[in-house]
Amino acid sequence: MKKHPVETLLYYLAVALVMVISLFPFFYTISSSLKRGSELFSTSLWPEHPSFSNYAKLFQDQPFGDYLLNSVLVSGGAVLLSLGVAVLAAYALGRVSFRGRGVLMMTILGVSMFPQVAILSGLFELVRGLGLYDHLGALVLTDLIFTLPFTIWVLVTFMRELPKELEEAALMDGAGVFTLIFRIFMPLLLPALAATSLLAFIGAWNEFLFALTFTISPEQRTVPIAISMISGGSSFELPWGTIMAASVIVTVPLILLVLLCQRQIVSGLTAGAVKG
Amino acid sequence: MTSQTLTAAPPVRAPSVQSSLQRSRQRMAWLLVAPALLVLLAIAGWPLLRTIWFSLTDAQLGDLTQMQFVGLDNYIGENGVLRDAEWWSAVANTLQFSVISVTLETVLGLSVALLLNTPSRARTLLRAAVLVPWAIPTIVSAKMWSWMLNDQYGVINVMLQGLGLIDTPLAFIADPDLSFFTIILVDVWKTTPFMALLMLAALQMVPTDCYEAARVDGVPRWRVFTHITLPLILPAVLVAMVFRALDALRVFDLIYVMTSNSRLTKSMSVYVREQLVDFQQVGFGSASATVLFLIIVLFTVAYMAFTRRRMQGV
Amino acid sequence: MKIALMSTAALLALAGTAEAATLRMACGAPGPGQNVCIDSAKEWAKKTGHEVKFVATPNDSNEQLALLQQLLGSGSDKIDVMQIDVVWPGILANQLLDLKPYSKGAEAQHFGSIITNNTVAGKLVAMPWYIDTGMMYYRKDLLGKYRLPAPSTWDEMAATARKIQDAERAAGNDKMWGFVWQGRAYEGLTCNALEWLASFNGGTVVDAQGKVSVNNPYAGKALDTAAKWVGTISPKAVLNFAEEEARGVFQSGNAVFMRNWPYAWSVMNQDGSAVKGKVGVMPLPKGGNGGRHAATLGGWQLAVSKYSKNPQLAADLLLYMTGAQVQKYRAIKGSFNPTIPALYKDPDIIKASPFMAELYPTFSSAVPRPSTVTTGKYNQVSNQFWNATHDVLSGNAKSSDALAQLDRSLKRLAPAGFVSAK
Repeated sequence: MKKHPVETLLYYLAVALVMVISLFPFFYTISSSLKRGSELFSTSLWPEHPSFSNYAKLFQDQPFGDYLLNSVLVSGGAVLLSLGVAVLAAYALGRVSFRGRGVLMMTILGVSMFPQVAILSGLFELVRGLGLYDHLGALVLTDLIFTLPFTIWVLVTFMRELPKELEEAALMDGAGVFTLIFRIFMPLLLPALAATSLLAFIGAWNEFLFALTFTISPEQRTVPIAISMISGGSSFELPWGTIMAASVIVTVPLILLVLLCQRQIVSGLTAGAVKG
Repeated sequence: MTSQTLTAAPPVRAPSVQSSLQRSRQRMAWLLVAPALLVLLAIAGWPLLRTIWFSLTDAQLGDLTQMQFVGLDNYIGENGVLRDAEWWSAVANTLQFSVISVTLETVLGLSVALLLNTPSRARTLLRAAVLVPWAIPTIVSAKMWSWMLNDQYGVINVMLQGLGLIDTPLAFIADPDLSFFTIILVDVWKTTPFMALLMLAALQMVPTDCYEAARVDGVPRWRVFTHITLPLILPAVLVAMVFRALDALRVFDLIYVMTSNSRLTKSMSVYVREQLVDFQQVGFGSASATVLFLIIVLFTVAYMAFTRRRMQGV
Repeated sequence: MKIALMSTAALLALAGTAEAATLRMACGAPGPGQNVCIDSAKEWAKKTGHEVKFVATPNDSNEQLALLQQLLGSGSDKIDVMQIDVVWPGILANQLLDLKPYSKGAEAQHFGSIITNNTVAGKLVAMPWYIDTGMMYYRKDLLGKYRLPAPSTWDEMAATARKIQDAERAAGNDKMWGFVWQGRAYEGLTCNALEWLASFNGGTVVDAQGKVSVNNPYAGKALDTAAKWVGTISPKAVLNFAEEEARGVFQSGNAVFMRNWPYAWSVMNQDGSAVKGKVGVMPLPKGGNGGRHAATLGGWQLAVSKYSKNPQLAADLLLYMTGAQVQKYRAIKGSFNPTIPALYKDPDIIKASPFMAELYPTFSSAVPRPSTVTTGKYNQVSNQFWNATHDVLSGNAKSSDALAQLDRSLKRLAPAGFVSAK
């Protein structure tokens, strides 16, 4: 269908506007993180003398590398655990019809809607009871509250789409259920698993409340908490430079991952319709 | 990452009808689900029960072993949460926040989805750009916007002044007339992409022959949108809205990081944490947590009733 | 924070020492204050061959308290020595070590009133570390330029601030403000507002007998006075300012007056500071001619966790950190007011921070927050108070309504009045 040139112009104007609004804040964050000293307080869009001093300071003043590592460990741990448990459950829920299946699905969905604050006191007791207070393990465990239901739901949707002939043939050959799940289905599910893990990873990476509540010492600190605690880095500057540098470091890997896996994410989102 | 919608289809039924096979298959299914269920019971079910139990006691965070049963005092007692004006103001704040932000996100998300659904060379680029705000951690976007909206050195104030829209810099975060709006703005910025992607998925499922028929009949495009597209994607839009609303009702970190303790922006979750942690009132805090939980349950039940109808309708 | 550097240094220093212990200390958020603390603790580590690690806590004191409460509540040994606010001993007492057996009478050197404050149910739960009182910083150069005297009442201060602010803006500095202070809804606002109340003879929210006294016309007048500053001589953003935000504005030369704690003095007079040598200090203004100069008593203590695995060592570190030598260093390096009266006569200290000698009398008249009578509930009292104040300042409530409401909610917290647990 041919479009009127004015319409095309309007379309591109709208596209440009959306792109500017989406990208400008992050662009400005990067630019601020490269400004040094008093330049930070000029509102120029790009520093005259870009400098990495804020980044250097970030790692000098505190073990920011350790915080990053902690975040990776927590998010990675939560994702791996969720995947392991969820693949099994997703097979049963997606491909076996049994009584109580609907109720189970709804219960799992219900858990994903838990207001995290509502179970804070109970969780706190649990974490203390397990001796996990101020331990990364506490975060891995508690992050499962949202990564696990989500992972199950998305994987169920993907499981259902696998051809049933495959399953029948495998069962006919006498393959056990684990062989079926891990040898036969797993390779087919790889793209789905990648998308699901990535989304779950982002969720755990961003988690704030549990990390704030269940850890205290710097050795167990994750990046979001570290960022919220950066304050008055030196006597003469407000710490905005380092905060912006930290923000860039935390965000760039996520953005790269998301952009690399765009297609899978969009399909994962539409399969499970998930928010990250 | 907390919510998902159903695109449910009935499960693939095992081909055989042999009942013993069927039964062993069912047993196996339960075994496979068991680990996930156990984990969820341990980290969600049990803590929830404990929270409800705490809410009936006068427990203090300092010493959870000593507490007394106080019945419903924490709820409807003289100092109960249901009689606390601050709680109700937190409820009002949260509801207001949810309604406004979800409405804005829906409208803007739909607009962006329509842009994304228009074939053009800019489309891939646009999709990539739109994913950026969504990928940015909430805490980072809170800090980023706090910086850009800073009343002294903020670039937004400079821009607005440059455009001649304002005379003096606005204190977006401190000014009580603005802080609430500012929080909504940041939330909308971050979450609209998610809504847009969901709606894009719905838009792409609209069969193209509908459009073609309309085009042949020469129906104006706006009418095509309101009469064909919108009704077709409406169920998906509603589901997305409910999910966003459930998320918005739980809002915590954005408000916590940007405005901290101010009553003007305090949400239910922020209130609960304050009682639990800052005031150490595990009993009272758990009571407010339980009320928050019940509110969410109400929404969830409404949502489930809705999807069930939808599933049956399909 | 320099943890990495620190621990390496400490490790090198004690290579070979077999029984070196690692102590964990929390002395605030990363920033100038923590750095001074780290300097001294490092000294101790070098001397004793042990290692000290630092746990950074949030800047906001409410958040610091919440973290400590969680940590201690869980019986964790993750912190051995921690700094606690003057209003916390009552809240944390059960989880702190009694220092009496370790102190060998060192407490006798300190101000008696603080030792009393830190003694809960006969246990000395914390040693005084430094005193804080609210102070009014002003730009000597600007007041001189416009030939204006130092104001003695809040109204005079506002008029002076207004005059200079307008003149400076007309002269080209459109970022100039008259007065910056701490208006965010947090403990700092309680401290600021208490000064206003007391300066108008409006009491201290809850009186010494535990009766809620806040609903009185003087308190209302005090809040109304402050509410008028917002948007006129103070930026609206002041409603989200803590100490560092206020200092940021003042130190970049963009404010005439600032209410802050003593720590700001040394930071503002370091090389490279835009206001070096231009800052004067005076008592906080009176609330009208019948009022009085009132400064909130603040200050920090050091305490040892009951759950510390090395109580003896932790107490040793604590006593070193609170001793005269370190307090003198801190007074000079970081303008932290000593808690040892004898140090106020020390010529080196007076030279570095002349205001300390001048301020000495104000410590005796400083207004304590009502933490002694409200003990475990102080947190909630303070929270209610700062929220009511914040409502008035932001124009959301009339002072009379806000105070009446505050009165009701405080009476609900303690229907029979607050009774000291001591």
